[in-house]
Parts: sequence; structure tokens; C-alpha cells
Amino acid sequence: MSENTPMQRPLSPHIQIYRWTLTMMLSILHRATGIALYAGTALLAWWLLAAASGPEAYAGVQAVSAAWYGKLVLFGYSWALFHHMFGGLRHFIWDTGRGFELRTVEILARISTFVPPVLTVFVWVMAYYYMGAWS
Amino acid sequence: MSDMRTPLSRARGLGSAKKGTAHFWSQRVTALANIPLTLFMVAMLVIHAGKDHAAIVSFLGNPFIGLIMLLLIVSAVMHMRLGLQVVIEDYIHGEAAKLLLLVGNTFFAITIGAACTLAVLKLVIGS
Repeated sequence: MSENTPMQRPLSPHIQIYRWTLTMMLSILHRATGIALYAGTALLAWWLLAAASGPEAYAGVQAVSAAWYGKLVLFGYSWALFHHMFGGLRHFIWDTGRGFELRTVEILARISTFVPPVLTVFVWVMAYYYMGAWS
Repeated sequence: MSDMRTPLSRARGLGSAKKGTAHFWSQRVTALANIPLTLFMVAMLVIHAGKDHAAIVSFLGNPFIGLIMLLLIVSAVMHMRLGLQVVIEDYIHGEAAKLLLLVGNTFFAITIGAACTLAVLKLVIGS
């Protein structure tokens, strides 16, 4: 069964050998944001359990989410969510067999790079509005 | 090399993972569900930014809101487990470490799912 012995094929070069491109960065960021969102579900669980536990436990969540480091994490989390969502939408287009032309790939890459930060800022502006920052 | 099957018989059917396209398909179905569900969650968090405990409890205690939260929890937890499974399979090559992390991934996903579900059920039913 000679076909079962591993063949001595050359390995493909690793990522550091290639010229850095936007699509490469997005591919890596899709994974990175996915992993970040994964870890961050612990925050969702903490928030829900605290709400179910009572006012004292909930005050603990509010203290952290009101602090600058809490806001920084939540801001990053909301960006990761939008970024991962747009990455997923891009994959949905590719799943239908469309959008593989280089020009389309570049356009989609730019959309999914620049729209998520805009949406993130919009969401935070709205959050401050609902907190009564301008009333 | 005691495997006497022909290369064709090994390639045919479900492939090496024995699950066919189930993983791929579940990943896409939960991804689709996650879009409206997470947008709902973001909108909910924005509207309730800075609100006190009583306001959150009365909002999450609504059965319709609780239902959406449960759907979000199930879909998100399934999606993230499938996603991290692929990450582990791609980067962890030691058989023992890989197995340990894959099991840990499942345990984490189920724990998060159970914790969130328990909290939502208590808010809807108990309060």
C-alpha cells in the first residue's frame, strides 16, 4: 500500500513571506474577533446571572461597566461583534459561489473593514444618548 | 498500515470526520440566526445603558424578551463552539492537548449556555 506512506512534498511558505494584504488581515481578524467574542460570552453570562441574583450583584456589574477599563472592553467587544458579523456576511456571499473576482473581493474587504467601526461608534453615540448625556 | 480499504473507499461518503457537511451547515445556520438576535441584544443594551436593576429585571422578565434571549443564547453558544473547534483543530497538533481542548471547548460552551439560560428562566418565571 504505497499510497499510505507520506510523500516528501515541499511545504508552502508561511505567512511572513507574503506581502501584507487587506484580505489577509481580514481573514486573521475574523478568527481573532471570533475568539474574543467567545471569551466575552462570559461577560454576558455574568451580566445575566447578576441581574437574576439581585440589586447588589447587579451593582457590581454596573461599577465595572461604568469604569474606563470596562467601557474599553465593551467598546472593543461591540466592534468585534460588528466586524465578525460583516466577515460572516462576506462568507455568505462567497458560499453562494459569487464575489470571487479580485475587484469584488477588494470592494467587500473595504466595506467589511470600514463599516463596522462606523456602526460601533454609532451604537456608542446612541448608548450615551439613552444615558442622557445630552439632556 | 493495516488499513486495507482502497483510497476511493476512504474518500467516499462522510470523510475523515464522519460528520459530512453537518459542521459547516450548523455553522452557517447559527450564523444566520445570530445576525438578528445579536442586533436585538445590542439594541437592548443601548436602550438600557445605565439603567438600574429594577428596569433591567422588568425588561428581561417579559416572556417575549426572555424567548429572544434564550434563542440568542442557544444559537450563539452552538456557533462559538463550532468556531473554536476549528481553531483548535487547526493549531493544536498534539493529540492529547487537542482532545483536552476540544472537550474543554464543549464544557465551556455548555456552561455559558446553562448559566445564561438559568438566569433568563429565573428572570422570566421567578421574579
